[in-house]
Amino acid sequence: MNWKKKTTVFAILFLSYSAYSGWVYTQGTEDNHNLKFSGQEQLGKQVWQTNNCVACHQLYGLGGYLGPDLTNIISDKRRGKEYAAAFIRSGGTTMPNFHLTDEQVNAVLAYLTYVDASVHNNLNPAP
Amino acid sequence: MTGKRVAFGFWVLSLSCLILGLLFGMSGSLQYIWPGFLKEQFSFAHMRPLHVFLITQWISSAATGSMYYFIPSVAKRKLFSPILAQVHLLMQVSIIMVAISYFFLGNFTGREYMEFPLWMAGVMILGWILALINFIGTVRPNFNKAPVYVWSWTTGLVFFIITITEATLWQFDHFNANIIRDITIQWKALGSMVGAWNMLIYGSAMYVMCKISKSDEMARSKPAFFFYFLGLTNLMFNWGHHTYVVPASPAIRITAYAISMTELLILFNMIWKWSKSLTKEDKEQHFSYRMLRSTDNWILLNLTLAILISIPALNQYTHGTHITVAHAMGATIGINTTILLAAGFYILFLEKKLPALNTTGWNQFVMGFFNVSLLVFWISLIGSGIAKAASQSANKPFAEIMIKLKPWFHVFSFSGFLLTVAIVILAAPLIRFFVKPQIRRQFVISDQPVSSTYVINVKKQEQEHAEV
Repeated sequence: MNWKKKTTVFAILFLSYSAYSGWVYTQGTEDNHNLKFSGQEQLGKQVWQTNNCVACHQLYGLGGYLGPDLTNIISDKRRGKEYAAAFIRSGGTTMPNFHLTDEQVNAVLAYLTYVDASVHNNLNPAP
Repeated sequence: MTGKRVAFGFWVLSLSCLILGLLFGMSGSLQYIWPGFLKEQFSFAHMRPLHVFLITQWISSAATGSMYYFIPSVAKRKLFSPILAQVHLLMQVSIIMVAISYFFLGNFTGREYMEFPLWMAGVMILGWILALINFIGTVRPNFNKAPVYVWSWTTGLVFFIITITEATLWQFDHFNANIIRDITIQWKALGSMVGAWNMLIYGSAMYVMCKISKSDEMARSKPAFFFYFLGLTNLMFNWGHHTYVVPASPAIRITAYAISMTELLILFNMIWKWSKSLTKEDKEQHFSYRMLRSTDNWILLNLTLAILISIPALNQYTHGTHITVAHAMGATIGINTTILLAAGFYILFLEKKLPALNTTGWNQFVMGFFNVSLLVFWISLIGSGIAKAASQSANKPFAEIMIKLKPWFHVFSFSGFLLTVAIVILAAPLIRFFVKPQIRRQFVISDQPVSSTYVINVKKQEQEHAEV
């Protein structure tokens, strides 16, 4: 394989990658559900991140496995909002107590409610 | 500080990260067995990022150190700028020290695998830019005739810059305020970042293999470039298999599934080469060769697992279970760690000017101990993953699932401990050498006589290296 062929193959792949990335950044991940993500949800995400909740919990499969996946905890009939609130407030056998304020607890719940609702996002198969 | 000293510096850093990372990994596994263990003082939220960060730094620092060491002899000229390399090393040391302090203090950005503060990602990108300048500056005059490992190293460096940048995009509302986009881009960046470090590591593996076989031919062949481009395609488009559960466009899933099936070609190639090498009678080999043979077996096992969990019907059950962890562990320990240790032993071989034979009883025992511990560790993770998937399908509560998985956690924690011991024993000669890199008279005590052909080969390789 000569130099010219190799660089051409590389260039084609790189251009395809760039175009694909652009599409993924926009249409491929569009939120067509118009979910509300403002003050409280934003604060909830911030609290989620600064306490490194992802070390033990997953959202859409991203995160650690010591705790349960929380993508659908709010709509889960056996668990739900109150169940989640109790854990966030006081911790559990494995989960530490993060000593969050009421405002922070409510914000995390709002964020988890937002995540839960996002599963109904429905995008067309073709780009 | 010469380029070689900088390379050794990277190796000291990487081996320190390895030892610390293993210790935090072991401590973290205890929290699976004793749920309340250190939960208020030093919870899993601290332990896991320390383990993951230090192990990723072991891999990237050792790969960088090997690259700095090998490129002058590849390009047959001195390193373009040892000062830039030194600055890169200092930056890397600072990043690691600061990140450890932040994690101890509980200061997180809470992003999966990138929990350190955002400004540190900027320093990391700058470090990779310096490495790229140095690399291109060294190999540039002969780049058009470069063997495949040079392409591999270049790709690794370029994609580290791209993927770390991509992983920080969440700072913009366009990404942060849309959970579907945020999660998809995180998987995209992290998936391709793993591909980037694989490129760096496979580059070193290919280089060491060529040097051991004393021929560069295989690194210039058409199949070598075919598999390089196939690997590059996977790096760019295969990350989507992590997002099967994310309600993004199905086109992302279809692309990833189609691309991941091309990995079958790599798998068949591996099996073919592996079975061919079984008939080879070569009793006098480098310890690096032994390591790379072990890598081959782990590629076979791990790729089979990867292909299985890429099938959407199976992925639906396996995602979010320890089967994904088994895949990650098979890759980071079975493949990446053995390749990097092989590169380290090859450097040791060149520097010590004495052969390290693999045929001694002790070496065989340690390699066997390592492989058996890893196999038990890997199987226990798969076992716990299958058990979890079955319990989840039966709609069992999480607490009940965790109790059911306990026997698997005991096995994975104990085999993890044995694995740590095996890795420390394997890495011990490297630690001794890189910390105090003087030439010693004896390295591995061998019960095999050193043949004259071997001595000639050693001299040839020494000469080649000394010319640089």
